[in-house]
Amino acid sequence: MLYAILCYHDEDFVGSWSKEQDAAVMSKLAVVQDGLKKQGRLGPVVRLMPTTSATTLRKDDPPVVLDGPYAETKEQLLGFYIVDCENLDAAVEVARDLGAVNPGGAYEIRPVGYFEPGTRAT
Amino acid sequence: MTDTAWIDAALTSARPQAVGALLRYFRNLDTAEEAFQNASLRALRNWPQNGPPRDPAAWLIMVGRNAVIDEVRRSNKQEALTDDAAVSDLDDVEEKLADRLDGSHYRDDILRLLFICCHPDLPATQQIALALRIVSGLSVKQIGRAFLVSEAAMEQRITRAKTRIANAGVPFETPGAVERSERLGAVAAMVYLIFNEGYSASGETSEIRRPLCEEAIRLARLLLRLFQSEPEIMGLTALLLLQHARAAARFDANGELVLLDDQDRALWNQKLIAEGLALIDKAMRHRRSGPYQVQAAIAALHARAEKPEDTDWVQIDLLYGALEVIQPSPVVTLNRAVAVSKVHGAEAALQMIEPLGERLSNYFHYFGVRGAFLMQLGRNEESRVAFDRAIALANTSAEAAHIRMHLDRLMRESRPSGKTETKK
Repeated sequence: MLYAILCYHDEDFVGSWSKEQDAAVMSKLAVVQDGLKKQGRLGPVVRLMPTTSATTLRKDDPPVVLDGPYAETKEQLLGFYIVDCENLDAAVEVARDLGAVNPGGAYEIRPVGYFEPGTRAT
Repeated sequence: MTDTAWIDAALTSARPQAVGALLRYFRNLDTAEEAFQNASLRALRNWPQNGPPRDPAAWLIMVGRNAVIDEVRRSNKQEALTDDAAVSDLDDVEEKLADRLDGSHYRDDILRLLFICCHPDLPATQQIALALRIVSGLSVKQIGRAFLVSEAAMEQRITRAKTRIANAGVPFETPGAVERSERLGAVAAMVYLIFNEGYSASGETSEIRRPLCEEAIRLARLLLRLFQSEPEIMGLTALLLLQHARAAARFDANGELVLLDDQDRALWNQKLIAEGLALIDKAMRHRRSGPYQVQAAIAALHARAEKPEDTDWVQIDLLYGALEVIQPSPVVTLNRAVAVSKVHGAEAALQMIEPLGERLSNYFHYFGVRGAFLMQLGRNEESRVAFDRAIALANTSAEAAHIRMHLDRLMRESRPSGKTETKK
């Protein structure tokens, strides 16, 4: 089963990391990802740009385009992983491993209902 | 990440909101800072043991406020104090307090904090120093270093600035829409100044001063978080990101400034460029132009060009034309003339800057650019006069070196092939 692991964290906090701190976290995460990759379980990994770059289209009639992310929350959606896991336990395990090297915030683990890998060359 | 590094990042990110709220509460900058300081010290003791609070800013505001109140109580009545054990048990209170710190307060608190730093009585350098101290929480030593002055001198500068602000009084009433937008404009200008302090550094000091650029970007992002629909704040943030993206390519190994055309574009930071382009793209949808957006759009055209010859000078000329209308200044016209020289040739460009001579008679870039145009037209003697004047007007040795290098190169390039240089 495919699981999405949605990464929520305080954006201001993550933005306060020095370049070195950021790089250190990213390289530790890369180790966890490599493990999954070798097992053929890692789908797309996405780090989103800051929520300041976000635009929201509210599907009213007519649709309204608003600046900013959909939800104004204390923690923001900063990225996500798609991981192939046997069951929820395994998915939680992956989230735990990721969380161990990137503390703070929360991961939302959601089973994927439909997955279209797309055709983009890269 | 170690505990301390983690806590440092949390304190830095919570600082503007926490100090802003404490300032609203105590109406005194020094007290607000002390309260925050006090709360930070307790956080360093408390957080590693009890784990991080869910809302660090709310925790710091609460603890900081209580600490000051206790202090007052202690000095007044010598009553017993709340100890750290009581302070650590804040989780319930925290949620309630967070509710009271509703969104509008939060936004105006931070804006106020930034705004008092750009009091018109303060010279630009003091505004910047104060903002870096109060809002960003940089140490006096760090700020002194970035400004290339001693810690003592910087301490004095900041103290002086604070005294002026205290005397001028801080506006605590909730601003109206017009006032808020004026404050936002002043704050944006200050953030831009902070960036320029770092950006205009010479080769030897660019490393030391780079944090100024990074801090300005952080503040711009913070402003944009608070004012999500302001196209000018999007423009400002985009402008800073696009300029800063070139940082690694702007100086060579000897610390000499490398001109845009000569920069190794592989060194440009594509991540920052992508974010800058996304923001300017977003801003343009509002169809409410402004000087930051136009400048960001110009920077975007440079960023998009993979090679210098790919640069869309026609569009850049048009954008500078727009900037001349929004924000008329001889310096803008001078910049436009450079684009005009690429599109229509040096003759047209020279005509364009001719009327600026009087107003820019002490501006070294004017003579550098003028010299270059004259050179391209083969009017070597006149160009040499302009170059000499440019070098005489350089404000720093780094500027002079930059101009000299710039001029040397123009000399070489504009020399028609096959002809020898006219010797004196």
